[in-house]
Amino acid sequence: MINAKKQAWISCRSMSRATQGRQERFTGGLTRFVAAGATVLFSGLAHADELNMTVGVTDISKQVYDLHMQIFIICCLIGAVVFGVMFWSIIHHRRAAGHEAANFHENTRLELAWTIVPTLILIGMAWPATNVLIAMYDTGGEDMTVEVRGYQWKWEYKYLDEDYNRTFSFFSNMSTSQDEIQNRSNKGEYYLLEVDKPLRIPTNRKVRFLVTAEDVIHAWWVPDFGIKRDAVPGILNELWTIVDKPGVYRGQCTELCGKDHGFMPVVVEVLEEEEFDSWYAQELEKETVRVASLSKTFTEEELMAEGEAVYTTFCASCHQANGQGVPPVFPSLVGTPVATGDRDEHIRLVLDGVPGTSMQAFGKQLDAAQMAAVVHYERNSWGNNMGDVTQPRDVIAVQEEQ
Amino acid sequence: MDSQAQHSPAQQGIKKTIRQTVLIVFGMGLFAWALIPLYDLFCEITGLGGKTGGPYVYDEATVAPDTSRLVKVNFITNTNQGMVWDFWPGKGGVRVHPGELKEVSFFVKNTTNRPMVGQAIPSLVPVSATQYFHKTECFCFAQQVLQPGEEMEMPMRFIVDRDLPKNVQSINLSYALFDVTESFSDLVSVGGN
Amino acid sequence: MSEVIHADNHDHDDHHDHGPDKGLARWLFTTNHKDIGTLYLWFSFLMFLIGGVMALIIRTELFEPGLQFVNPEFFNQMTTNHGLIMVFGAIMPAFVGLANWLIPMQVGAPDMALPRMNNLSFWILPFAFGIMISTLFMEGGGPNFGWTFYAPLSTTYAPDSVTYFIFAVHMMGASSIMGSINIIATILNMRAPGMTLMKMPMFVWTWLITAYLLLAVMPVLAGAVTMMLFDIHFDTSFFNAAGGGDPVMFQHIFWFFGHPEVYIMILPAFGIVSHIIPAFARKRLFGYDSMVYAVASIAFLSFIVWAHHMFTVGMPLAGQLFFMYTTMLIAVPTGVKVFNWIATMWQGSMTFETPMLFAIAFVVLFTIGGFSGLMLAITPADYQYHDTYFVVAHFHYVLVPGALFSIIAAVYFWFPKWTGNMYSESLGKLHFWLSFIGVNVTFFPQHFSGLAGMPRRIPDYALQFADFNMISSIGAFIFGFSQVFFIYVIIHGIRKGQAAKGRQWEGARGLEWALPSPAPYHSFTYPPEVTDEEAHA
Repeated sequence: MINAKKQAWISCRSMSRATQGRQERFTGGLTRFVAAGATVLFSGLAHADELNMTVGVTDISKQVYDLHMQIFIICCLIGAVVFGVMFWSIIHHRRAAGHEAANFHENTRLELAWTIVPTLILIGMAWPATNVLIAMYDTGGEDMTVEVRGYQWKWEYKYLDEDYNRTFSFFSNMSTSQDEIQNRSNKGEYYLLEVDKPLRIPTNRKVRFLVTAEDVIHAWWVPDFGIKRDAVPGILNELWTIVDKPGVYRGQCTELCGKDHGFMPVVVEVLEEEEFDSWYAQELEKETVRVASLSKTFTEEELMAEGEAVYTTFCASCHQANGQGVPPVFPSLVGTPVATGDRDEHIRLVLDGVPGTSMQAFGKQLDAAQMAAVVHYERNSWGNNMGDVTQPRDVIAVQEEQ
Repeated sequence: MDSQAQHSPAQQGIKKTIRQTVLIVFGMGLFAWALIPLYDLFCEITGLGGKTGGPYVYDEATVAPDTSRLVKVNFITNTNQGMVWDFWPGKGGVRVHPGELKEVSFFVKNTTNRPMVGQAIPSLVPVSATQYFHKTECFCFAQQVLQPGEEMEMPMRFIVDRDLPKNVQSINLSYALFDVTESFSDLVSVGGN
Repeated sequence: MSEVIHADNHDHDDHHDHGPDKGLARWLFTTNHKDIGTLYLWFSFLMFLIGGVMALIIRTELFEPGLQFVNPEFFNQMTTNHGLIMVFGAIMPAFVGLANWLIPMQVGAPDMALPRMNNLSFWILPFAFGIMISTLFMEGGGPNFGWTFYAPLSTTYAPDSVTYFIFAVHMMGASSIMGSINIIATILNMRAPGMTLMKMPMFVWTWLITAYLLLAVMPVLAGAVTMMLFDIHFDTSFFNAAGGGDPVMFQHIFWFFGHPEVYIMILPAFGIVSHIIPAFARKRLFGYDSMVYAVASIAFLSFIVWAHHMFTVGMPLAGQLFFMYTTMLIAVPTGVKVFNWIATMWQGSMTFETPMLFAIAFVVLFTIGGFSGLMLAITPADYQYHDTYFVVAHFHYVLVPGALFSIIAAVYFWFPKWTGNMYSESLGKLHFWLSFIGVNVTFFPQHFSGLAGMPRRIPDYALQFADFNMISSIGAFIFGFSQVFFIYVIIHGIRKGQAAKGRQWEGARGLEWALPSPAPYHSFTYPPEVTDEEAHA
């Protein structure tokens, strides 16, 4: 069934690509709507996973699912009785059916009953809910701790360690291309739910997440783990999970956080323990190499390639892939004083940002090598032909001189 | 306009109603502002928000360490809202006995070419441990003024209360460093001279 | 106070007893409760259409995955303004309009207690909304932080226009407070002799309680936006963590206002439905006393449940449990109301004119919204529902087929009393069925997309949500179209409708039906006699 549906999706997508016009797109959409409607109708419960809450892969998420189903079924039963009585009355107590109105308008016993019985049902609902909640709040005894930080509009994951030198962090940006979003190319399977670097955690270990934010309030949610928590600037929130099944689990930011709120997915890759440990060791190794690279000299090609990658990830959502920006909010970089003026000023601007505008200070998100590459790229792209070369040491020099 | 109407019962009732309703409006308006101290009080009592309190004055007699327990205290440092300073803890975490006075260091460096003022805001989880975490000295009690390129070591001394709930085995304390140069521009000019 | 009209006030120097002025001046300077009610109703309808266009822009963008029509920045402005306009511009003024029209007639008074203030509280609104909508055309755009405007997105990170937004909210608040004072003053002091509190019509009762809720929470909202203003312009730190403030505190203050606000938008609806169902079942309202107590206890509970909007914000366990239990408790009085309506229908002699159809749809669909509300109250499950389309589905089920359907039902029900004409029953029924289908096609699939994991307030979505969103968008256009059709039904009724009788609905009770149709410009110059027959309407 899923395949049939995907097929419908793909065929219509190619149709809309072939035709382009809005009219045709609408027709394509309609075709898809009919196909999809038919699929939904015929698949019924086979599609329960798409119609209902995810069962998830943790003990907590399964408990939450069970709770959700219990409450849902109770509501359905109450609904069936209440609406049943109502529609029975609507059918039988019509004037058209010749029914004469009775005269009663109160009944103390009945009214007491329908106050007390719902209260009892609610107590029955609250009992299991309380137990699940207490289980969720048992945050002690973790095996490892990861700090999760929300930024406009990406996540940073920091693996904490008692030895601060073994702490490392990275940013996780959405990797779906602007072409897919702007409908210039096909949308991939994990459209909007894919990142350049997912959070990695091991199976069978209790992982504590400390959730916070850099700027505004975000919310970190992994439906398959049954956990969601607001990321509030200046405040630490905690969550935990134990996952026993390796896999890739996807979620999204769920608190409105500005322009690209819809474009900051959460992707967590759960690895087998040994696999995780070797990845973790490698990351620590890379961290050492990265620190060392700050004193290296790169070729212009290397700078351009790295610069384009950094630009696409950190800059393009505002300044656009072509550097033209969206004036006046997001200024153009083409031929403008910053990108074609004094280089050190340019570096300083990217390092420190422009207070009071959307231009963030990238000094702590980018290391000197990335910073050098992106400045080089901006000064030598889209017709900006400054011809100068920016190396990590130049960035460090600007930092030092400050 | 009509003296008879003005003294009629309905008129008087309406005036009374207006007085009462306006009183409610003002009362609720005041209540909205009173929510601020009330909320702070509430946070202090419950530890909500993980706001650790001000300087703790302790009696040496009561601080005998409980050597039967070891609690892990992790330190997390962040800079917020575009704050560009480097900010890091000397140690990512330490293990302490409840009741033991411990000193740790944090480091901060102004990487810009202008004098700036920073303010660190603490937050602690689990919130149930907040009221058992006492700081006798902390850089977060005041603002930090740093000259361009200046680096500073900042000590923080704390005691985990012996009454810390038994189920708490680790405490996570975070400091979020904010740029408050604009609000404390007087500090910068004083420091700059 | 000289404007207060008293039954034996013969000393008139102006138009009060002579019918309306002519032309624009009638509407600008009117102190007549019916004129002001009419102004409120048309204004709210205009706002409903503007908010509706915004909703359709949202649904158009969400028709398919990918960005097609608007950019994310504008999308956020649309979701924000759609919410603000529908809540403060459409639903609330519509209920105030109904209160203006109906309360003096239902309590047997000649007019509202404070007619001049009544004029002022209406005429503030067009300016407030004019300011708010104009922010959309300012540099940097209008409010884009959601109708809940959480700090610091609405303070440190807000567009410059936020100051105008704050000003507009202050004006709306002032208007609501004045309106409420007027309604309370009228109900408490201007009832006809013999109409004791426990003989008041349900609509009057629900509005009395609603007005007190407004008085209690509007100053809190004003306080919240004033604190925002201070944070933005005067360098205070109420909600800014850097200066020792707390962004979470904003949410507590907002929802302390916000949850009673939700009931402000539904209690008068309960009142309306409690008039319509007995009228068409030809049977007295079942359990009048318990209805009154249920409304009062819902109003009380609304002050101690606010943090259920904030389950994911990180509260201590005890707080989560407290707010879960109190929220679940609301189901009890709400259930009592639904059971009472059904008991009213039971053994009645029902006919199904347009108002009755809307009222029955209200009972069914509002109850569905109540069920999803109960599910949302369960904290552990709420972690999965929170800020997804499940929440969107929930509150649209209580606000659209809830509050809005009750307003439409009220318009059809009292239309003959207001205009003296009958609307076309067949057009009305067509309007009902189009609306009923549209509302369900729009909002029912949103339960599924929410459960499947689609966050709210996003301009673009992953592919697995595509089907539900497309269905939802089609439903939205059906619903939008059917409300345009509503205008036609209304105008057709005003122009070509057949003359209505004083008591157009044979089962209708209440003093307003004792008046001729259309109701005279001044309702009751002499206090009417409150018979048992007309009481408990």
